[in-house]
Amino acid sequence: MSMHPITLKVNGKPHTLLVKSNELLVNVLRDKLFLTGTKYGCGIAECGACTIMKDKRSIMSCLVPAVVADGWEITTSEGLSKGDKLSPVQEAFVDLAAIQCGFCTPGMVVTATALLHENPNPDEDFIRDYLRGNFCRCTGYVAMSKAVLAAAAKMKEEAQ
Amino acid sequence: MNTKILENEFEYSKPGSLEEVLETLATKQNVRIFAGGTDLIVKLKLGALPDMEHMLDINGVEELGKIETRADGLEIFAGAKLWSIESDRRVEENYPALREAIQAMASISVRNMATLGGNFCNASPVADAVGPVMCYGGKVRMQSKRGAREVNAVDFFLAPGVSVLEKGELLTSVYLPAPKAHTGHAFVKMGRVKSDIAKISITAVLEREGDRIASCRLAMGSVAARPLFLKAIGEGLAGKAMTEALAQETAQNISDFIKPIGDNRTTAEYRTDVAKVIARDALVSAWKNSGGTL
Repeated sequence: MSMHPITLKVNGKPHTLLVKSNELLVNVLRDKLFLTGTKYGCGIAECGACTIMKDKRSIMSCLVPAVVADGWEITTSEGLSKGDKLSPVQEAFVDLAAIQCGFCTPGMVVTATALLHENPNPDEDFIRDYLRGNFCRCTGYVAMSKAVLAAAAKMKEEAQ
Repeated sequence: MNTKILENEFEYSKPGSLEEVLETLATKQNVRIFAGGTDLIVKLKLGALPDMEHMLDINGVEELGKIETRADGLEIFAGAKLWSIESDRRVEENYPALREAIQAMASISVRNMATLGGNFCNASPVADAVGPVMCYGGKVRMQSKRGAREVNAVDFFLAPGVSVLEKGELLTSVYLPAPKAHTGHAFVKMGRVKSDIAKISITAVLEREGDRIASCRLAMGSVAARPLFLKAIGEGLAGKAMTEALAQETAQNISDFIKPIGDNRTTAEYRTDVAKVIARDALVSAWKNSGGTL
C-alpha cells in the first residue's frame, strides 16, 4: 500500500496531509479535518449527502480517493457562509424551512449553490432536475425547490 | 459489504504523460484505470475487484481530458467528463442524441466526475451513452506500448463487463464522424426515476431524403448481454417512405427480435412490450427532427 503526501485547499484553507491510497476524501474531511458537515450516506454516489464543490461544480466525495484530490481546491458546506453570515442559499433554506432532520441538508445546499453558479435564473424544472441526485428521506423537495428560487431572487437583488 | 471504506490495498500513480501511462499499464500487474471513478470506486466498494493492485489515474495527462474538432468529426478523449461533453456546443449541434443520453444519466454531481471512456470500458449492457455513439458511426481508439488501433463502437463489446480492450491497452478516445445534412436523432430511456439506471433504452439516428429514409441506425440498451446494435433492422429501412405504419411495423420487428432477460430493474416481459413503444417513438421523433413530416 502506498502512502502519499497531498495538499488540499478546503474552504480557502490549505492543508498538507499524508494519506493511504485507499483513503476516501469524505473520510479525510470528516475524520482528519473534522469538517463533519459533509455527510457519509450511501457510499455509492446515489444519495448526494457527501456532495462538495470543486471548481464551482458539485461532486460526490464518497467516490474520490483522497490521493486523487491532491492539489484540489474544494468547498464544503462549512465554506458557504462568511463567518456568521449565512449564504443566500443557506438563508433561504432556513427561511422556508426546507429542512427536516437535516442530514441531507449540507449536500443539498452545496448542490444548490453549484446550481446557481451554473444558472443564476433557474426555473422549477431545472432545479428539480439538478437536485435529482440529492435524496431527502423526510420528504421536503417542494420547500427545497422554493428555497433555491428564493435564493436566486435574493442573489439577483444583492447584485443590483 | 462496507461502502464507507475501500478494503483493497493498492498502489497509486498519476503519470503526466500518455507514454508513462502506457508504460505503467505494460509493466504493472492488475492495473485499473481511474478516470472519473464513478464505476471503479463503486466496484471496489462492492468487492467486485479483489485483485486490483494498482490504480492508475489518467487525469494527470492533459491531452486525455480534451474534446477536439477534427477535419471530419469530433474526438472525445478518455478523461473528458460527461458534463463537459453534454455542455459542449459541438455535441449539442451535431450529436444531440449523445447529449440527451448523457443528460439522462445519474445526477449532475456524478456527471461532473464520470467520463465517456469509462462508460465504454465498464462495458455494461445498459450503458446509456454507448447507443448514440454506435448510431453516429463512432469509433473507439485504443493505445498500448505495442501501438494504436481503432474499432467500430458496434464491435467494441463482447459480454457484460467485457470489451475488446486487451491487457496493457488504454481507451484513449471516442471518435464521432461528422453527421450528414437532414439527420434526425432520438434517444429514449425508461427508468423508474430520472437518476436511475435504464430499464431499457433506444437510440435512432436517420438520414432523410425527401419523404424517404436514406439510412437508419438503431441501438438498444438493456435488452441483451451487451449494448445491442440493430444492424439488419436499421439497414432494412433504407429507401423506404416513412409512415406511421412503417414506424409501428419496425417497432414490432424489434420487439420480436430482442431476447431480453429479467433482472432487478424490470422483467423480460416489460422490456419486450415497452420496446415496441419506445422504438416507435424514437423513429417518429428522429424522423420529425430530421425535418420530415408524417
